[in-house]
Formats: sequence, C-alpha cells, structure tokens
Amino acid sequence: MSASLTLVIVMAVMYAAGVYVMLERSLTRVLIGFLLVGNATNLLIFLMSGRPGTSPIVTGTSADAAMVDPVPQVLMLTAIVINFGITALILALIYRSWWLARLGDEGDTVTDEHAAETVESTEESFRSVSEDEAASQEDLDASERGTETGPDQQHQHQQGGEGGETAGAPGTGMTL
Amino acid sequence: MATILLVFAGLSALTPLLTRWLSLRVFYLIALLPAAAFGYTLTQTASVSAGGAITESVPWIPALGISLSFRVDTLAWLLALVVTGVGALVLVYCARYFSADEPALGRFAAGLLAFAGAMYGLVTSDDIVVMFIFWEVTSVLSYILIGHYTFKRASRGAALQALLVTTFGGLVMLVGVVILAVEAGTTSLAVIVADPVTGPAATWAVLLILVGALSKSALVPFHFWLPAAMAAPTPVSAYLHAAAMVKAGIYLVARLAPGYADTPGWMPVLVTVGVGTMLVGAWRSLRQYDLKLVLAYGTVSQLGFLMVVVGFGTRDAALAGVALLLAHALFKSALFLTVGIIDHRAGTRDWRRLSGVGRNARVLAAIGLISVASMAGIPPLLGFVAKEAGFTSFIEAGLAGDGWGWVALVGTVLGSVLTVAYSARFFWGAFGTRPELADTALHPARWDFQLAPGILAVATLLLGPLVFLLDLPLASYADTVPGGGDYHLALWHGFEPALALSAGILLLGAALFWKRRAVARLQGTVPAYVDAGQGYGYTVRGIDRAAARITHFAQIGGLPQYLSTILVVFVLTLGFAAFVNRSWPDEVVLWDYPGQVAVALTMGIAAVMAARVAERITAVLLAGVTGYGLVALFAFHGAPDLALTQALVETITIVVFVLVLRRLPQKIAQHNRPLHRRRRAVIGVLVGAVMGTIGVIAVGARQAPGIAAELPRLAVEEGHGRNIVNVMLVDIRAWDTMGEISVLIVVATGVASLLFVSGRNTVVPRLRESRKHRSLPHRRKVVADPAAPSEGHAVTRQSWLLAGRTVAEKDRSIMLEVLVRLLFHPAMIVSVYLLIAGHNAPGGGFAGGLIAGLALVSRYLAGGRYELGEAVPVDPGKILGLGIVLAVGMAMVSLFFSGIPLESAYFETTVPVLGPLSFGTSTIFDIGVYLVVVGLVLDILRSLGSEVDRQQEAGETLPRPPSQQGAEAAV
Repeated sequence: MSASLTLVIVMAVMYAAGVYVMLERSLTRVLIGFLLVGNATNLLIFLMSGRPGTSPIVTGTSADAAMVDPVPQVLMLTAIVINFGITALILALIYRSWWLARLGDEGDTVTDEHAAETVESTEESFRSVSEDEAASQEDLDASERGTETGPDQQHQHQQGGEGGETAGAPGTGMTL
Repeated sequence: MATILLVFAGLSALTPLLTRWLSLRVFYLIALLPAAAFGYTLTQTASVSAGGAITESVPWIPALGISLSFRVDTLAWLLALVVTGVGALVLVYCARYFSADEPALGRFAAGLLAFAGAMYGLVTSDDIVVMFIFWEVTSVLSYILIGHYTFKRASRGAALQALLVTTFGGLVMLVGVVILAVEAGTTSLAVIVADPVTGPAATWAVLLILVGALSKSALVPFHFWLPAAMAAPTPVSAYLHAAAMVKAGIYLVARLAPGYADTPGWMPVLVTVGVGTMLVGAWRSLRQYDLKLVLAYGTVSQLGFLMVVVGFGTRDAALAGVALLLAHALFKSALFLTVGIIDHRAGTRDWRRLSGVGRNARVLAAIGLISVASMAGIPPLLGFVAKEAGFTSFIEAGLAGDGWGWVALVGTVLGSVLTVAYSARFFWGAFGTRPELADTALHPARWDFQLAPGILAVATLLLGPLVFLLDLPLASYADTVPGGGDYHLALWHGFEPALALSAGILLLGAALFWKRRAVARLQGTVPAYVDAGQGYGYTVRGIDRAAARITHFAQIGGLPQYLSTILVVFVLTLGFAAFVNRSWPDEVVLWDYPGQVAVALTMGIAAVMAARVAERITAVLLAGVTGYGLVALFAFHGAPDLALTQALVETITIVVFVLVLRRLPQKIAQHNRPLHRRRRAVIGVLVGAVMGTIGVIAVGARQAPGIAAELPRLAVEEGHGRNIVNVMLVDIRAWDTMGEISVLIVVATGVASLLFVSGRNTVVPRLRESRKHRSLPHRRKVVADPAAPSEGHAVTRQSWLLAGRTVAEKDRSIMLEVLVRLLFHPAMIVSVYLLIAGHNAPGGGFAGGLIAGLALVSRYLAGGRYELGEAVPVDPGKILGLGIVLAVGMAMVSLFFSGIPLESAYFETTVPVLGPLSFGTSTIFDIGVYLVVVGLVLDILRSLGSEVDRQQEAGETLPRPPSQQGAEAAV
C-alpha cells in the first residue's frame, strides 16, 4: 500500500493545531480542538483506504476493479454523525455552564478553584485522624501517670475535661 | 454449620429492628442463638473426642476449588465452645450493662451478634479462603464495635488503629494463604495440615500467615492496638479482646502447628516474639492504674505466652496450649466483665479512687478472686493446670536437646512472675480498702448483672479439679502433632520440676507486689523504649501524606493538565513504538492529484488559524473549512457517501454553533500565560508528528489483501444492494450501526436535559390558532399577516410561513420565508429519496435524515420556534423512540423466523418512477436510522434553538437563585 504524503502532512497539522487549542481552559476552544482532532482522525482512517479509485458502488462493469476499499468509509460515516452529536452536546454544556456561571466572558472557562479546597479538606481529615489517635494515646498515658497515692495533679484536668471537649465534636472526625 | 451461620446473618440483619421493639431485652433474645450453637457444638463432643470430625460442604466457586466447607475437629470444637459460650454470656451481660437510652444500641447488638457468628465461621471453616473471609469480617466488625462511642475521639482513633493493624496483617496473610493453597493444590485446611507443603514457597507462605496471626493476636510489634481498643464498651473487650478475636491468631497457629512447626523460622519467630510480648505486656501491665488497662496489657502478655505454647510444636506443648487457651478465655472474660461492673457501679476504673469495693460487693470480689487466681496460676484452678503443663513440656523439650525449650521456659517463667505481681496488684487495687479514702459509693445493681462473670468463674473453679474430663478430647488434637508424648492434664502430677517452678513464681510475684512502690520507682527510671504506637502513627501519617502529595501532584491542574498528561504519555509510548518500527510503506507519493495539494493547503492554513483567532465565530468557520476540505477530498477519492454526509453535517454544525454562540460573548476569554502557550505548542507539534508517523507506518503495515475484495459480492448477493457502504451499515455491520444510533439517542437526550434541566421537552410550542388553520373549511395556503397593517396599503402583506408573524419585525426576511416555503417540501422529498435509493446509490438513512434535519433547520431559521413546532408538532423523543424501535424491532423480527438477529429478508418489485426496487427488512432498519437522525437534529433545534430563544425572551440573561431554577425550568 502507498499513501499520499500531502494527506499525511495535513492530518498531522490538524492534529497539532487541534491539540494546541484543546489544551486551553476555554470550553469553546476545547470544542474547536475537538472538531479539528475529529476531522484529523477521520482523515487518518481515510488514509487507510489507499489511493483514489471509483466509488464503492457495484456497477457490474470493469470499473469495479478500481473500486476503493469501502471499509474505512463505513467506519467514518457513523463517526461523522456521532462527531456532530458530541459537538452538539458540548455546545449544550457550554451554554449551560455559561448560564450557570453568570460570569460573562469567563462563563465557559473551567477553573481549578477547587484545588485549594481539596488541599484544605485533606489537611482537615489528616488533622482529625491525628487528633483521634492522640486522644487514644492520651487515654493510655493517663493510666500510667502519677503514683499509687493519687493521679498526677498537673494532668488531672486533662482527663476530666476530655468528656466535654470531645462530646461537642461529633462528626468532625467523620470526614474520612 | 452453614445453617447456623445463615441464621446468624439473618438475625443480625433483623437485630436493629428488634431492638426498636424490645429495647434492652433484645440481648436476651439474641443470646439464644450463640447459646444454641454452643449446645449444638456440645452434641458433637462424642465424635470429636474419638478423634473424628464432623464435616459439611457446599460448593461455592468450583473454578477456584473454593467451597463453603466446614469441619469440626477437636480444636474447632474447643474454639467453637469458647466463642459461642462466652458470646452468649456477654450478650446476656449487655442487657444490664447498657441503659435503654444508649445511642445506636441496635447497631451495637447486631454487630456483636454478627461478630459471634463470624468467629464461629472462622473456627469451623475448613476452606482456608473461606476462613480468611471470616477473618477479615471479624476485623471489620471489630472496627464497628470498638468505635461504638462515635462521639469520642479516643474511640474512633482506637477503632481505626485496630482495623488498620489487623487488616494490614490480613493482607499479608492473604498472600501466604494463596501461596499455600496453590502449592498444596487444595484449599482444605485439614489436607494442607495433614499433608504439609515444603520448600521455599511454603516457608514464605507460612511466615506471611504468621504475620497475620501476630497482628490479630496483638503480639509485639502489633500489640499497641489492643490497649487502645479498651476505648470500647467493656462487653466488647470481654468478648473480642479476651475470648474471641485475639484468639483467632492463636487458633490459626494451633491449627497449622501440627504440620508446619518445623518450618524454618517458625520456632525462632514464635518463641522470641511470644516471650518478648509476654514480658513487655506484663511489665507495662504492672504500671497501670486503670483496671481495664491492667487487664489489657495482661492480655497482651498472656497472648504472648499462649503463642509460645501453642506454637512450640510438641505434642505436650500443644495439649498445654489448648488448655491454656480455654483457661485464659474463661478468666480474662470474667475479669473484664467484673471491671465493667465496678466501672458501672463506682463510676471509675482508676483503682486509686476505689476503696472498700471488696467489702461491699462480696460476690463480685469472689468472682474476681477466682479469676485472678487462675490468671496467676494458683492451684487448684484451671490456669494453674495449664501453666504447669506448659512448663513441663518446655522442660521435656529442653532435656531432649531443644535449645528453644530452655529459652521458652526462662522467658515464660519470668513472665509468670510478673503475671503474679500484676494479678495481685489488680485484685488489691480493685477490691482492696485504702485507709486514706472513704469507701467508694456503689450504685445498686441487679444480682443478675454478675451472672455472666459468675458462670465463667465457676467454670474456672470446676474445670481445675475436673480437668481430666478435658484431657481426652483435647489430647485428640494434641496427638495430631508429630513426636508423641504422654502428658495428661491433671491437677496433681506429684513433686516435679514444674511444681517447684510454680511455687517459686508465686513467691517471687508476691515479693514484687509487696515491694510495689520500689518496683514503680524502678519502672519510672527505665527510659521509655521504642513506642510501637508512635511508630504506627508515623507510618500511617507518612503513608497518608505521601498519598495526598501524589494525588495533589497528579490531579490538581484541571482539564488541560489531565489532557496534557494523557497526551504526553501518548507521545512517549506511541512515539517510542514508532521509533523502533522497521516496516515502512514501499512507496510514498507526494500527492494523488495536484488539486489535492491545494485543498490540503487550505485545510492546513484554516486549522492553524482556527487555533489562533480570538473571535468564536471566526474560529468555528475556520474549523468548518477543514470539514469542507474533507468533503472535497472524499469526493475526489471515490467516497460519495462520505462527501454527502460530511457536507450536510458541516452545515448543520455551523448552524448549531451559531445558535449557541449568539448568546456568548464574541471573544474567547484569554487566561493562558505565554509559558503555557509554548508548552501547549510543543505538545501539539509532538502529537502531530507522532500521528503523522503512525499514519505512514499504518499504511505500510498493510501487506495482505483486505476483506474489500469479497464485499461487492456480499453486498449484491446477500444485501441486495449495490452501494456497499450502505449495505454494510444496514446489513453486514448492522450491529455497529445499532450501537451508533443508540449513542445518538443518548446525545440527543443529553442535549435536551442540559437545556430543559427538569424534564424532557414534551410540550411543543404551537400557535394558538393552529387548529383553526388546519381544519378544512378555513384552510388557506397563505396566511394573512395581522402584524402588518392592511389599511392604507395597496398590497396586503401576507405571511409565507405559518408562524412568520411571531418573529419580531426587524428579524423577518421575506426572501427567506419565501425560499423556505418553496424549498421545504422538495427537500423532504429528496430526503426520502436518498433514504430509499441509498441502497443502490449514494445516500441512505444518515444522509436522508440529515437533509430532513436541514429542512427543519431552515424552517426554524425563517420562522422561529413556533414555526418549528408547527412543522413537526411532536416531541422529538417520540421520533427518536420510534426510530430505535424500528431498528431494534428489525433485529428481533428475524429471531421469530429462526434467523440470527438482524438477518435481512428481501422482496423485489418494480415501482413506477423509481424503477426496480429491492425492499428488505434492512430498509426498515435504515428508516430507523433516518428517524433517529431527524430526532437528533430536532432535539438540538428545540433545545439550543427554541429553548434558548425562550430563555432569552424571558429575560433570563442571569439565572435566578438555585431554589427557583427548577421551578422555572419546568414551565
């Protein structure tokens, strides 16, 4: 099999341009990138049918010998229509996110504001686990503190105050 | 046995409900179940005493050789008695321990009952995989039970600690279990033990299993979870941490010992770890002022002792081991329950605040005394008998030349001295009278609160003298250990070395207790050794932090970051594959025909510009240029179907884009820093280069002739069509098409739901007077336009479309209206023609549907949403549904004629105008495709066209607060 270098190059250019825009934060650009990459992919499949020929419609004449491979065409036909459907879906997403975001020209932009929140909530759950553990350890230590004549005075308040402190915080440790 | 487990599962599931009705009395009810299991196990005594076993098996996963098989031999019998007996007593005790207003009582009761069931399953299952499952179930249930006081930090911390440590051990053990089962070729524990596997793999397997056993039974270095778990309610400690869960590890070692005690590493690990644990536990127990923690560290110590004895691997040690296991379960459970009663009645477990408890609660003190004495090994109690047997077996082994015998003996004797000391200190602390304190006030309690520990104490007391009753059944387990021996469990063995040791231990222990203040000072001066609990904390926190850091590193950048990661991986892997590739196409031509270069150049420039322009609509049009370029390439390349479809799709895409973009700002927001731009460009160029290379390689990789040669014949003979592409879509590869139109339906529904939010758009916007225009007497071809003033004008303005006047005056175009009026019906006819003719000529369901869709687009563009409603006065969902019903129906119909799904049938006829037509079931399938495509376009128009119009007109430039959104969207 052979191929036309021109088609290979234009496919590569479309991939490059498509990926370049797809990596932006604007959903419209992502969609433009999707269109370009989609077309490039169709072209890649199309390349597999080889050199040009006659259409894959049986005529019963000698022209049928020059017929191109119809299999890539079948794959692409549905791909084209599905590409259209997905494009419409992304457009609906863009509209919806713009409508919800009320942000004017930033409405169709994906941000990563949640990043800080994730860090915070992770820290929170770590802290909670560590505190649970420390409380557990404190209970153990309390039993060894002091002498036979009585508990160590300076630590006594901790043990006594614990009930009140922990009872007020149900749920904080349940974030995990 | 399987039945018992089923009842356990069922009753546990019902318990929360029962608790709601019965409150605390539920404990009496559910205690009946373990009690019944206890009774049932007793009926098996005769068979197991004779050395037999009761087995039962239900096939489960035959492919892996795993079955729900159960086998009760002596060891299982003993453990089953312990877990069901103590379980029943603890449940009875719970009825008095808790008050009726205890939070989450139902969950607790269910958890404890399920735990008893899981333990019963663990000790009776013969399949090692099933045993492992029960093993893990007990870990999970212990988490729920230890963490019962969910509002207490200490309780949550301890529960998590116990869970992590035991499941870590369990995970290690699973590896061992799998290796052992694979090496042995069976999952039956009985066979694995009776016919031991040897070799390096088996050694590793056994050592890994030991890690699981050590973690479950709280041996050093995993011991720290057990004292922490004292945050649990006392019944849990009495059951899980004295009789049941911690015994699982001991049980497993006892189970494997007959076959694997001579495995390399077994003896050094168990003896050193066991002795170490016994000493560490006892030493720390001696420091505690909290009675429950005295017992907890005491348990750690005793578990170390037990591990040494059951793992020692001689027949006599095994006998001593099982006796000790029973003795420990009885006295330790009783002691925990006793402490629970003291805690309940006095309000504290710190013995420095207790005084005169023994004087005021004599029965309780008696129970405590019997149990403590058994723990200390004072005759004539069961603890003494078992300990004596252990020492004797070590001495025998030592005399027989086994060095580990002496190590074990010295270690356990030292540990026993400390045990006596902390036992005495416990009893004195709990029940003694301190002159400097007034007698502790005790809340009154019902007599039956003491029932459970009382029964356990009586058993301890009676089984000492009556131990010969146990000798026969227990010996039948011990005899399975190779090597032989003739020791018998008895209270009196004459004057022998072990007796002297016992006497010495008691004396030394008493002396330690006597000098307890000096001991306490000494303990205070010993620097804190490495704290395993701290080590656990560092490990867990380290793992947590590392996991969080990796996650934050890899998953914080949002969509562009993730895409970059994927694409970079793509470039690296496929780029490498392309780099090492050695097969290239034989010939590469520069172009197929000169025109190709012009088209490609246009496409390339358009693609690059589309990526750079700032206006949305320009970018869309430029992307469209690449699409139309494809149309040209397809057309010149011999792909008329593709060219047709691509052209139609490209046109509709641009319209849909415009429908949405009219609401968005003109310019695309710019947020990217230049730095990122360069990185994006690099990734883009690399992806393009890799894809280009792959394209060339893929073309060259095709050496053999494809399936294309056979297709023309198949299309004509089997598919009765000359257009191979269409025949493949609706016949040869119809399953693919079916999947694809399903995707279209999902997409259409997705678009609609994104715009309508609360439901599908079932209400079609219609004109109020539309019924009038449709009824025959009023039917008019051209409707008078009331919006245009007719008076004073020579020509009465007429509306060319039904809903033309609903469009604002400035948006109307008479030219468009006329054109649409003229073209709509011919377009629909063409679409049907393409649908029917597509079997033999370019066309088909997809192209026909798209033409019809375009016709509808033109109606909407010219006349607005009411026009669209009048053009297709049905819900798009119905069209989509009808389409898929036709397609699926065709797939099913052939089944009724004993064909395979989607098999086609044909009949030929000659139709005037169209000529000879071959009509087949595949045509009906194609009609389904057609309808789905029309439905998709209609749904998009209704959503992104009509609904966006409506929202705009309703002044919804800004959304209202979320609470009102749903209500509005439903309108």
